[in-house]
Amino acid sequence: YDESSARNSFHHLLQEPDRSTRESYESIEMQDELDRGRVEVRGPDSPPPEGPYLCEYDDVFCPHTLNVLSAMPSRTIGRSRGAIISQYYNRTLKLRRKKSRPTLQNMPRSSRPSIRECDWEPGVMKDEEEERRRLLTKELQVLSSNQRVRMLQMMPLSLREKRDLHVCCNERECRNRLHEKGEIHCCSQIKYSLIKGFRHSWFEFLSFLHMLQLWHYPLKQIGGRFGTSVLSYFIFLKTLLLFSVFLFIGNLFFIVVPQAVYPPVDHHNNQTFTGLELFTGAGYFTDTVLYYGYYSNSTLTEQCSVNANSTQCAKDLSHTLPYNLPLAYIFTIGVAFFITCIALVYSMSKSFGDSYRVNSASGDLAVKVFCSWDFKVIQKRSIKVQSDNICTQLKELLADLQRKSSPMSLRKRFGKIVIEFFAWMLALGSVLGCTFAVYRCSILLLENYNDKLSQNTMLKEASLLALPLMVSSINLLMPYVYNAMRILERDESPEIQLYAAICRNLLLKMTVLGMLCYHWLVQVTRQPQKCWETFVGQELYRFVIMDFIFIILDTIFGELVWRIISETWLKSKRKPEFDIARNVLELIYGQTLAWLGVLFCPLLAGIQIIKLILIFYIKKTSLVMNCQSPRKPWRASHMTTLFITLLCFPSFLGAAVSISYTIWWMKPSEECGPFRTLTTIYESGKVWVRRLEKSNPRFYWFSWIHRHLVENPLVIFTAAGILLIVIYFHAEVVDGQRKIIRLLREQIANEGEDKKFLINKLQDSYKKINSSPGKRASRE
Amino acid sequence: ICRLHGRYHELAPNIVPMDYTNEPDVKLPIQLIINMPELKENPFKQRIVEAFSEDSQGNLSFNDFVDMFSVLSETAPRELKAIYAFKIYDFNTDNYICKSDLEKTLTKLTREELTPEEVTLVCEKVIEEADLDGDGKLAFADFENMISRAPDFLRYTLVRY
Repeated sequence: YDESSARNSFHHLLQEPDRSTRESYESIEMQDELDRGRVEVRGPDSPPPEGPYLCEYDDVFCPHTLNVLSAMPSRTIGRSRGAIISQYYNRTLKLRRKKSRPTLQNMPRSSRPSIRECDWEPGVMKDEEEERRRLLTKELQVLSSNQRVRMLQMMPLSLREKRDLHVCCNERECRNRLHEKGEIHCCSQIKYSLIKGFRHSWFEFLSFLHMLQLWHYPLKQIGGRFGTSVLSYFIFLKTLLLFSVFLFIGNLFFIVVPQAVYPPVDHHNNQTFTGLELFTGAGYFTDTVLYYGYYSNSTLTEQCSVNANSTQCAKDLSHTLPYNLPLAYIFTIGVAFFITCIALVYSMSKSFGDSYRVNSASGDLAVKVFCSWDFKVIQKRSIKVQSDNICTQLKELLADLQRKSSPMSLRKRFGKIVIEFFAWMLALGSVLGCTFAVYRCSILLLENYNDKLSQNTMLKEASLLALPLMVSSINLLMPYVYNAMRILERDESPEIQLYAAICRNLLLKMTVLGMLCYHWLVQVTRQPQKCWETFVGQELYRFVIMDFIFIILDTIFGELVWRIISETWLKSKRKPEFDIARNVLELIYGQTLAWLGVLFCPLLAGIQIIKLILIFYIKKTSLVMNCQSPRKPWRASHMTTLFITLLCFPSFLGAAVSISYTIWWMKPSEECGPFRTLTTIYESGKVWVRRLEKSNPRFYWFSWIHRHLVENPLVIFTAAGILLIVIYFHAEVVDGQRKIIRLLREQIANEGEDKKFLINKLQDSYKKINSSPGKRASRE
Repeated sequence: ICRLHGRYHELAPNIVPMDYTNEPDVKLPIQLIINMPELKENPFKQRIVEAFSEDSQGNLSFNDFVDMFSVLSETAPRELKAIYAFKIYDFNTDNYICKSDLEKTLTKLTREELTPEEVTLVCEKVIEEADLDGDGKLAFADFENMISRAPDFLRYTLVRY
């Protein structure tokens, strides 16, 4: 396509005055509506009608023009099979040649950058459908099987035709192979039938697994009734459950079971089991597998009983497999955290890639019209609610647009800023106040616990519950306060309100957790105690249990009681709504507690699993009985990305930092736990490496790597530098893509103008051709 | 697929044969399909079925039925869903979503709760935002471009099988 030649051919037409584009556009539309029936029936590929036609009226298009218009690629795309096949032939050809992006040198510096050479394949424009099919099959065969499957999946043909294409491709392959080898060996035939049988059984197994998927049916129910947004909460819960299961299984097999099978000899549990232990975690549970203090610091082997001979003992030792428990402890936890980190970052980046697009600027209204209908919703009532929602959202958007077009006065804007400032000051003040209260309370409780040692033990244990109680009640009540503060910000768009509420809630939870970490790692260790790790583990156990109790209470009071009250007293039909953001933040808080506690209480992951399963069923029952579908707009994938990011960054990172601090700097207690005699927990790794080096000189390279890579700070700096360079590179690529998108948009607009121009010229030229013989005929 | 065939058979046990080896030419009329529980309350059910039927009247043979569920499943690629979604919203089947198509879509979406002025305003705004080449209608390329910016497009799935 050469611009200069096109310009030359239209040169004589350019001399004439143009019609205004607006007029022509209207006439095209009108003509469409008048003649649609005629055009449709004729079809895009039929031959043009014979004979001259009189184009009497100025604003009606000749059938010739209409014929050409109806054969335009933009109209035939997706309609006729031939068009689809040729389009996908072009695509597979491009895929094969890998000409996906034009090089920057080839883009001329004009106001209309033309990158047409990329799209134009003038090779095959034959009319024969069979010919096109043959070419498409040939192209498909060249692709690898994965690419072929993906390309076939993308084509909008019916399944039968796709299957035919697929079979054709395979046939040709087989035929080619036959030609090469000459005959099929019986062995390869057996091999093929084996592979086919294996693949068949593998697909059966996969579909069976798919049905077995956890909570498949309840999730379907929830999605059908409440829509994608509430469903995202439950899917998030399932993700957390999977993380906890992974952590738990690792802990169970490598730490808990070996210790349970070979219990340490000198521990005698002299406390009785009372019911309070389930809540406080202390008492009977202190000296069990639950906590850090129980684990021995030596290699586990078969324990010799006290009465046996020493010689017999020595003989037994040679048969058993030594299991180094401290090493197993630190390695299991380290590896589990590392894999969790990688899984989190991977899911975060995948979710990010799904939900954000380069240069997704305006276009909210169009997106809302086309994408907000949730096809999963089935029930009639919910559909009515959904259409009401969409109606409300559209009205809100229209009101928003009108507001934007009429800017606010200065006084109003100033007032809004003042109110915003006031609201944020209030929120920050409340956060600081709560944190300070937690601090004072924690100091007070600790003194109380350690001073009055002669008091009633039951009361003393119960007093330990006071701190978790206080923290959980803060976490429960303050979000309601923040939600109520939305009254102050009535003028803002609902999305900003939502983000503000999430931000304040998150700030509160993280500050309180930070204060608690400080309390545990700094203050508790200062106290004279036998085993501070066990105490911290018990505290975390208490927090987890208390969090669970409060979630149940919140569900009961927030949803059940509210519904009963609103139905009997207020007599309104509005059921309470399921507040997704608040519930997800509670889940993230619970998960952070579990991650913090795993080092001190290895079975905490199992407790978290039980807690999550129970929460799922409780929330689901409450949802079905008490709540209605959410009324506010909710961009599900956007919010899911946000929640996974929140899980990764403040939550997991905070837990990882605390655990790293504990491992690297804190001194383990002298009398309990697997790291009794060392200065830091990390030292156990170092000790092991040195022992390895001493025992076997062949392991020298291993310890050399350890000394120079792991302990050398230069490596970390280099790694950080490389990471920064990679990030910068990606940012530049995104910037370049934005520029190209802008240029392409300009080009599309220009092409539209070209199209209108050409249609007008076509119409004019046809009219000239038809009017001259017509005039001659009328004259004669 | 056997499950889908079971569902198809349930719709009209008299007409649909269990044995497909002779490839009988059986088509179910549109009234039966739109009474399926997944589609019954959907305001676009008519258009969905018409988009997948070969004769554009809404009669689905078993192959069309399977096509419909495969495109509306969760594993279908985005481009395929975009192509069929475009067909669904194109009420007058001229391969463009013009203003009248949009008005019909909006009416179905909101069940006539919007006033006519609001409908007109929304349609104009949508065309303004999404139309790239300035011809006042949405071609498939415009539609696909707009959809690609919307990550929630996955809502175009029926319940999984």
